[in-house]
Amino acid sequence: MSSPTTEHTPAVRPTLANRVREYAAGSGTIWILGALVALVIAFTVLAPTTFASAYNVRSLFTDAAILLVLGVGMTFVIITAGIDLSVGSVLVFSGVVSAQVMSAFGGTEAGLLGVFAGLLVALLSGVAWGALNGVLIGVFGIPPLIVTLGTFGAALGLAKVLTNGVDDRNVPTILADTIGTGTIGGIPWLVIIAMVVTVLGALLLGLTRFGRHTKAIGSNAEGARRVGVAVKPQLIKVYALAGLLAGLGGFLSLARFSTTTIAGHTTDNLTVIAAVVLGGTSLFGGIGSVVGTAIGVFIPAVLQNGFVILGIQPFWQEFAVGVVLILAVFFDQYRRRARSKGASRRGKHPAPPRATESLGAAPPAPAGAKERINNG
Amino acid sequence: MSSKKPLLQARSITRSFGQVQALRGASFDVYEGEIVALIGDNGAGKSTLVKCLSGADRPDGGEVLLEGKPVSITSPTHAQSLGIETVYQDLSLAPDLDPAANLFLGRELLKPGLGWLGVLDNSRMQSEARAAFRELGTELLSFTAPVASLSGGQKQNVAVARSIAWASKVVFMDEPTAALGVVQREKVLDVIRRVRDKGISVVLISHNMPEVIAVADRVEVLRLGQRVARFEAQQSTVEDLVAAMTGALIQEDVA
Repeated sequence: MSSPTTEHTPAVRPTLANRVREYAAGSGTIWILGALVALVIAFTVLAPTTFASAYNVRSLFTDAAILLVLGVGMTFVIITAGIDLSVGSVLVFSGVVSAQVMSAFGGTEAGLLGVFAGLLVALLSGVAWGALNGVLIGVFGIPPLIVTLGTFGAALGLAKVLTNGVDDRNVPTILADTIGTGTIGGIPWLVIIAMVVTVLGALLLGLTRFGRHTKAIGSNAEGARRVGVAVKPQLIKVYALAGLLAGLGGFLSLARFSTTTIAGHTTDNLTVIAAVVLGGTSLFGGIGSVVGTAIGVFIPAVLQNGFVILGIQPFWQEFAVGVVLILAVFFDQYRRRARSKGASRRGKHPAPPRATESLGAAPPAPAGAKERINNG
Repeated sequence: MSSKKPLLQARSITRSFGQVQALRGASFDVYEGEIVALIGDNGAGKSTLVKCLSGADRPDGGEVLLEGKPVSITSPTHAQSLGIETVYQDLSLAPDLDPAANLFLGRELLKPGLGWLGVLDNSRMQSEARAAFRELGTELLSFTAPVASLSGGQKQNVAVARSIAWASKVVFMDEPTAALGVVQREKVLDVIRRVRDKGISVVLISHNMPEVIAVADRVEVLRLGQRVARFEAQQSTVEDLVAAMTGALIQEDVA
């Protein structure tokens, strides 16, 4: 604002058109939705009877369901400018302890009580791993990449210790027949559960103080702390949420495959992170949406499915997702740069330089004293 | 201004970082409804003193009095609960959130009835944010765009509006005009005067002497961790201030 007249222009009323424009400029979600729609149309035109068949659509959604549950938690984590590499291992560990508890209730013959006990144990195990991640990151200040790389190995290792590395197949039949393969009104249980989790996650992120604080921490953690946001507890809660959903994922995976699938989740973390980033959530924190993640989960799933149906080697899917992922992050960075450039064109001095004597900077002090200042 | 009542006072504050004595018995007074400038050369202890008074740091010795009563300010949040706000030089805004979200960050308004779920009352925060900006005499082009897309002056306005919306007693402003152009600088100074006229005291930390004399009611000078001089801004010159900052002029007894 270099001229006085523009400074006093009344705020533009948020008309629908303006909102749509701001939304499109501010997030990548709309573009990635366009890409998904284009893919779906392309495959539908190329293979109308197979790709768009009810059976195929159902299996597509079922395949995506568990990844989507993990993706909702990962979205919150990445918005805090963090990362969670441990989700796949926490999923396996939670599945293992859940299966063992259900074995104690009668294994394949276990009743409803056993299933509920198994669910409870899976969720608790997930929350415990997630909270451990959160404490190490939020309280002890260890980088998220290292903490969750550690728990990624630790949780998988413990799962193998508990099972001697052999999959546990004592999954209650009533669980496998309902949540695992059953449907309500033609819609698989797994898909319904994933949709409920997605809707709740979207509401939590978009409408609540929890979501606002998550974004604030990813945007400027020190600034958030100064105005009274409880940064450390919030980080613990966010990682615990990701753990909770990984625990739920472990339970759903048990239900679906009737086995603990110990070796089957080593790359879940990367698949989920890719989906979250494709969905417009920024790895730099502060920006993201659960709806975007839902779209991001379906892009690799649709590609894979479509390539198989068209008889293209499905390995191309991995290649295509890799390329799209890099492009998505490139555009995210480009958009951010464009945004701050736009601001600097309008104002003469966009970013206040950090002078040595600002309140934010510590005065010259020996190393020991500096910690006291930062903690003060 | 001596007829006014002291609001916030620092008495013989000491603070050391290892071998470095940043404050050696520094005193400082803020009276009700005034703009007081705190000046001093680099290393004089301004930032440390302000940190001690705004809860970002705690003094080793000395006393802080709020309205005559001794207080121990333990954190920025504690200072805020006492009616003391700070505009940091880096502004401490969340660039990805909109101005209203920044204004209410950490103190969000919740929807009546749904508050137990933590559901935000965005429309009320938006309208109150607009009212806060009107009161400040500034306007924003957009209340829904992220703060990152605003100009430097507008970001400054958001940070100032936030501190004023919550402060009931004192606002500390650390170099609020350092990053601004000439026109924007004048606007921010106008805003500072309006804050004072609302009855909130402003502590202005600045290196810009003509600006200090133009906007402040009083000036207090720190040198080597102690207060060395106090001036009525109307009756002082840039030369006086510089002399006090550099040690050529000493009014107070310095041990």
